[in-house]
Amino acid sequence: MDPKQEAIKELLIKMADDQLIIGHRHSEWIGLGPILEEDIALASIAQDKVGQSYTLFQLLHDQFGTADPDTMGFLRAENEYRCCHLVEYPNGEYDFSLIRHFLFDHAEYHRFDMLQGSTFEPIRGIARKFKSEIKYHILHADVWVRRLGTGTEESHQRMQAALETAFPLALGIFEPSPYEQVLIEENIFPGEDALRQRWLETIQPILEEASLQMPDPSSVEPAYGGRRGYHTEHLAPLLEEMSWTLRYDPEAERW
Amino acid sequence: MVTEQDVWKALEQVYDPEIPELSVVDLGMILSVDVAPDGKAVKVVFTPTFAACPAIPVIKEDIAAKIRELLPVESVTVEVSYDQPWNSNRITERGRQILKQRGFAPPPHVTAEIELEVLHTVPCPYCGSTNTELQTPFGPTLCRAIHYCHNCHQSFEQFKPVV
Repeated sequence: MDPKQEAIKELLIKMADDQLIIGHRHSEWIGLGPILEEDIALASIAQDKVGQSYTLFQLLHDQFGTADPDTMGFLRAENEYRCCHLVEYPNGEYDFSLIRHFLFDHAEYHRFDMLQGSTFEPIRGIARKFKSEIKYHILHADVWVRRLGTGTEESHQRMQAALETAFPLALGIFEPSPYEQVLIEENIFPGEDALRQRWLETIQPILEEASLQMPDPSSVEPAYGGRRGYHTEHLAPLLEEMSWTLRYDPEAERW
Repeated sequence: MVTEQDVWKALEQVYDPEIPELSVVDLGMILSVDVAPDGKAVKVVFTPTFAACPAIPVIKEDIAAKIRELLPVESVTVEVSYDQPWNSNRITERGRQILKQRGFAPPPHVTAEIELEVLHTVPCPYCGSTNTELQTPFGPTLCRAIHYCHNCHQSFEQFKPVV
């Protein structure tokens, strides 16, 4: 396969994997959310993520002949996944889940905004669609980050601590791919550096409004490795749980 | 011989699985209808309201089944496409009326990006008051938000604006 095709394929797989894994993490809040509206919000966001992941795996299948979405989503080996470490971490407390959701969704929003103009035409409409859905995720995250960042002393401290934990992981979203140059030259995607720049410009003022101190990106070691198949110890057990039913009876026509 | 118009008519009888009477045409989900020159093969392309809508396979099957039921065709192909992604402005005037009758506030026409402000003061589908408040943009399905009317003291759902 030529480098341009490889580059697109790699980009789509990491996007699909991020969405699938964070979608499953969000779904773990179902029944446990701090208030009913939050339970429903996280469930809805989870549903969007998993549906978007499905759409990307279907596109991969149609354009590049990869396996069907279920096989891609549930039956690959752990080191074949290309998700970043941020999405793999267990939910922890609501503060971490919320900050992760905030950091991740702002990056996603800009990623799909950029892909609306891609020279890889099949992604354009999908990117526009996803962007409009992710807009609601951002609205949700922003409200809560502002509310808890400026809430009580405890809520502020918890949000600040969660931000410091999640920030290096979030920088791992932008781990450069081996195909950055091809993606940029072919106008497929402006690249992870450009995306990171836009992301920082967006989140900084919101964090300021929320009285939260963003760590200095230049003094933080980004959590890289996920895009090359090196994952945290949290991914394997999650995949195990996600795929248990399918592996139990892969030939089943319905469950 | 089957015409494109016949197919559109048939599609008016394919309903949203959760809101009977609201057709895929009312919702603005149909992107194109093609009929082969001999009238025997039909192709319909539709676009989902949300990528994660669990009703996509059901709607796909319903479209094919309804066309087969009503029209003398030999083959029906139904495809999902995001080339012209769905937005809530695509809902027809008739669709908006049906939503209202069913107790859902229709989405406002939106041109700019959605901000929380457009989700407040949505007219209540029961009493018409705009003394209402957004409770949460995430409702029982992805396409619905939950509001509360301070005038008639009832919760109501809104079909969410999406651009």
